[in-house]
Amino acid sequence: MTQTITPKPQTPWAVTIQQRLSTAGLITLGALLAGVAVKTTGLSGKLGFAAAFFFISTLLIFIQQFRLRDLAAAKDSLLSSLASLAIVLTLIPILSIVATVVSKGYKGIHFGMFTNDMTMASVNDPVNAGGLLHALVGTILMVGGALLVSFPIGLLTALYLTEIRGKLARPIKFLVQAMSGVPSIVAGLFILSILVIPVTQELNGLMGSLALSILMIPTIARTAEEMLLLIPNDLREAGVALGATQWRTVSGVVVPAAKSGLVTAVILGVARIIGETAPILLVSGGADALNFNPATGAMGSLPFYIWKAFLTGGTEEAYSRAWGGMLILLILIVVLFGLARYLSGRKVG
Amino acid sequence: MTLLENQPAAIPAPREITTKPRVSDQIFRAVVTVGGMSSLIILGLIALFLSLKGINVLRIEQLSFITESKWEVLQDAEGKIAESTFGLAAMLIGTFLSALIAVIVGVPIAVLSALYLTFYARGSAKKLLVSLIDLMAAFPSLLFGFWGFIVLMGSAEYWAKLLNKYLGFIPLFDVPAPIFERSPFIAGLVLAILIIPIVTAISREIFDQTPLDRIQAAYALGASKLSMIRAVVIPYGRGGVVGGAMLGLGRAMGETVAVYTVLNVVYQINWQILFGAGGNVASLILLKFGEAGPQEVDALMAAGLVLFLLTLIVNAISDILINRFGRRGR
Repeated sequence: MTQTITPKPQTPWAVTIQQRLSTAGLITLGALLAGVAVKTTGLSGKLGFAAAFFFISTLLIFIQQFRLRDLAAAKDSLLSSLASLAIVLTLIPILSIVATVVSKGYKGIHFGMFTNDMTMASVNDPVNAGGLLHALVGTILMVGGALLVSFPIGLLTALYLTEIRGKLARPIKFLVQAMSGVPSIVAGLFILSILVIPVTQELNGLMGSLALSILMIPTIARTAEEMLLLIPNDLREAGVALGATQWRTVSGVVVPAAKSGLVTAVILGVARIIGETAPILLVSGGADALNFNPATGAMGSLPFYIWKAFLTGGTEEAYSRAWGGMLILLILIVVLFGLARYLSGRKVG
Repeated sequence: MTLLENQPAAIPAPREITTKPRVSDQIFRAVVTVGGMSSLIILGLIALFLSLKGINVLRIEQLSFITESKWEVLQDAEGKIAESTFGLAAMLIGTFLSALIAVIVGVPIAVLSALYLTFYARGSAKKLLVSLIDLMAAFPSLLFGFWGFIVLMGSAEYWAKLLNKYLGFIPLFDVPAPIFERSPFIAGLVLAILIIPIVTAISREIFDQTPLDRIQAAYALGASKLSMIRAVVIPYGRGGVVGGAMLGLGRAMGETVAVYTVLNVVYQINWQILFGAGGNVASLILLKFGEAGPQEVDALMAAGLVLFLLTLIVNAISDILINRFGRRGR
């Protein structure tokens, strides 16, 4: 009778619990020593503690690795400490920004803000006077207008890059990239120079839409291109093999297959421009009253609402109002972003 | 068989074989091609119209528009413009200064974060971190500006004082008067925070493209993570990461609102980064635009043109670097 022995898989490289515990112990020790250093020496404050904590823990881990293994391992631990420090430094502003907006913004939120505009209230009035209905309406109209302009252009650009792949595909790709680097204020100046000053002589929502669409087109084009590239070539070949023309293949197969990807592109484009301030300040006028007509008269917007409350106010109420507007804006962006993640995370097709 | 014999042998004419697209396809291709050219058209129009508006000022000022640093419009008693001088040098210096601070502070953090995300983080923690950083890239610059003004300013002022105390003998860290608020240093920090997510995202993508066989070969030879990264990841990703840093530089140079809110925009050349005065081209445009007369608007258009061309050059270099080196790993 033969005895079968199944060898247990060995993972000698895996980090053991002991190693984890000793690292955690060293980090705790580092924190303690840093606390002592802050108490006894000239170092002070949160910054002093953080710096001392990082240096002492890194040093402790370095020494331990050197003792247990060798210099190469110790140097390796240095890189992992630095990388961890970097990710912490990246996360601190994100968390701080979100925490600031939420903690300061909730005071500026009240139900009346969705039904009132600022015609009867100044930014320094108590928070529950007035509201940001006009700003929401303005933002929705302007972003919607920008979307109407940008989506066809962005989609056509993406189709050119993925379906036609002409000689100019490479330069066009480069130009789209370059366009995404156009400073937002230049987009505003451009609309001023081409339309407002020579033609309309009036600042209104339509101009805001056009300025925003310059910033939106590259985002939509690039995301849509990426999404169209995800569509397997088999689908295109199947369409052509069935005798469809390229137009029928693209309109009947490729674009419907990429539908959720294109929606993602639209959402990311909207998220890109919804908080844009500089071009809005230059070309949309900025109003405190509700205005449903993009073609005439100044139009308010969320960024303008926040901007005005911050810069012209100065009182506690004005700041609350501004942070309240910021909270609404942030919620909009997070929702849009989550939606895009959800849609693009689903299986394509 | 009689049936066949009775029929005259009708040989169909050979079908014409062609690769010429149908009419519908021709229309489709034409429309898509025209749409595809839109970015070219828009960029061309931006350059054209900003030049058209700015040409008068540029013609008068010529090269001194970018070498002189005086921005003045003098009016006589009737409110007419008596004399005007437009020189952008101070703001150009401010633009480069704050953008350089942003890159020097932000890029190392971003690259190390990207290394962490690619080679250290795993599983759901990685997904969460990546989403958070991507979300931060979508935050509006307005938010960074006000957060920088309200929250960061206090801490940053403290750091600036420390720098000044211990490194004040270096002219760059000296101050003429103890005003540390709203300095180019703080604006640079805000810009650094603004570009970190962007540079992190690009660097991460580039590190992800490092060929896996090389990574595994390095590990198989006994490399630690550090020596693997030094031997494989850095040589493959160097160009792409530099490109990403340039992209961040371009973004920081063109930033308007974040700089305007944080920085005390004063029209003067200020090399002392800790002193609370300075500006950049974009914030100058926003500041002066409100009360600008027609001639000053033209000058601002010219300033916009300079900014546009600058960012275009920086972006072009970054794009070339990312595409030449970034895709090599695949």
